[in-house]
Amino acid sequence: MKDGTKVWQRRDRRASLNVYFAYLIAAVVFLIAFRYISGQTTWLFVWDAPEQAADLISRMFPPRWSYAERLWRPLWDTINIATLGTVIAMVVSIPVAFMAARNTTPHPIARQIAMIIIVFTRSVNSLIWALLLVSIIGPGVLAGVIAIGIRAIGFCTKLLYEAIEEVSPRPIEALTASGASGAQVIAYGITPQVLPAIAGIILYRWDINIRSSTVVGLVGAGGIGIQLNASINALQWSQVTVIFVMIVALVLAAEWVSAKVRGAIQ
Amino acid sequence: MSSAVASQRPKPAWRPKPSIRNPFLRYGLLIGSLTYLYLAFVTIDVNWNRVVLGLERSQVVFAGFLRPDFVSRWQFIQSGVLESLTMTVVATVLGVALSIPFAFGAARNIAPLPVYLFCRAVIAVSRSLQEIVIAIIFVVMVGFGPLAGVLTLAFASIGFLGKLLAEDIEDIEPTQLEAIRATGGSWSQSMAFGVVPQIMPRFVGLSVYRLDINFRESAVIGIVGAGGIGGALNTAIARYEFGTTAAIIIVIVALVYLGEYASGVIRQKVQ
Repeated sequence: MKDGTKVWQRRDRRASLNVYFAYLIAAVVFLIAFRYISGQTTWLFVWDAPEQAADLISRMFPPRWSYAERLWRPLWDTINIATLGTVIAMVVSIPVAFMAARNTTPHPIARQIAMIIIVFTRSVNSLIWALLLVSIIGPGVLAGVIAIGIRAIGFCTKLLYEAIEEVSPRPIEALTASGASGAQVIAYGITPQVLPAIAGIILYRWDINIRSSTVVGLVGAGGIGIQLNASINALQWSQVTVIFVMIVALVLAAEWVSAKVRGAIQ
Repeated sequence: MSSAVASQRPKPAWRPKPSIRNPFLRYGLLIGSLTYLYLAFVTIDVNWNRVVLGLERSQVVFAGFLRPDFVSRWQFIQSGVLESLTMTVVATVLGVALSIPFAFGAARNIAPLPVYLFCRAVIAVSRSLQEIVIAIIFVVMVGFGPLAGVLTLAFASIGFLGKLLAEDIEDIEPTQLEAIRATGGSWSQSMAFGVVPQIMPRFVGLSVYRLDINFRESAVIGIVGAGGIGGALNTAIARYEFGTTAAIIIVIVALVYLGEYASGVIRQKVQ
């Protein structure tokens, strides 16, 4: 300003130049990526997207509600895939979590193995596991159950081993002082402390598994996704609408149940 | 002495307290869940002959994982990964930009009721449909290719970021907003100086986290033709080329791990 008082600035000149430079790099990366996508796109097909959308909506409505009665069995399968997948995930992840937690791991190498299991199962989507399993053990509900189970192992293990690492050391110290063995410390010192966490993880993951189990059928792994795939391939969009409504209702109901039960436990 | 008398009687062994006190409810829940699990298990409908056949084949798959084949389809893997990465970048930028108005609209403390309901409805639809289902619809609308994938991931980002950011906006300290309003700030000024500084760290953290999720999802939506590495993976599995399949999965895991590590570092720096 004229009288020499400095106007407040958040950064000095150097820092603000750095910030602008970072924005510039981000913009350039975005533009290069966008150009690549644009080069891969047939824009002619894109320009008639509004017409396609209007056409799609006109085919989707009115929904063929009579189709719903053939969806009860797939819906039951979908719920079972999520539940049994959660059971598999918990059965595997409890021992792996005890291997991974710093305070209960038998050996640092066991901890590394557990970490690799976590990373591998968590990074790969359940649909990819489903694709692989369908080609191994054939299409059907079993492939879906195992795919959902594998995908959930990493998630459950990670949350569980963090809970194990955060247990209060006092009961453990008391048990060790009275001469308890390692297995007894785990059974009476650690397990009672992590049981609420285990219950919470089961319910939370079950809710997520319901979402994924609605789509594993797209690659043949059972559940309502099989009907979705069949209806799309047959261009029966009025049936697709019914399936969408079912999926959204199931997902919202599962979310509600999971939240209610978790609230009741904690 | 009474204590001596009591000590003569054998004491029942200590048992941990049951977590549900009412025995009817306790055993009822147990029996109910066991019945359900039994029914679920029985209705799986497994073709055991096919599974036994598959167990033999699974050895081939495991052999593939022990000796991943990066070489013979390297062209496809490379272009697929590149496509996935570009899709991730474009979709995250678009999704973040689009999610901001929805986040403000879905915050009850600053949005009027009709806007609030509209934004919440969009967020609910985006969150309850899986990425792959949205991808199918976009493939029908704009054709095969990465653009469908970009639109899918951007739409899914709106639901994710919109919901979490809206919750943050609802939790802001209202006194700062009030202070800006009291000094005569306009609506846009009160948003820019009253709301945005309070949610900025979470906003950056969530955006980076979403970048990470978008990459993971971009590996999947290629299965329905929406571009990315998923297409190559689908082809490899369909051709029973388990060496290439293993190579692609390892590349995905490695990139996700790298991305997770980088996003962890960035989030720690801003929060």
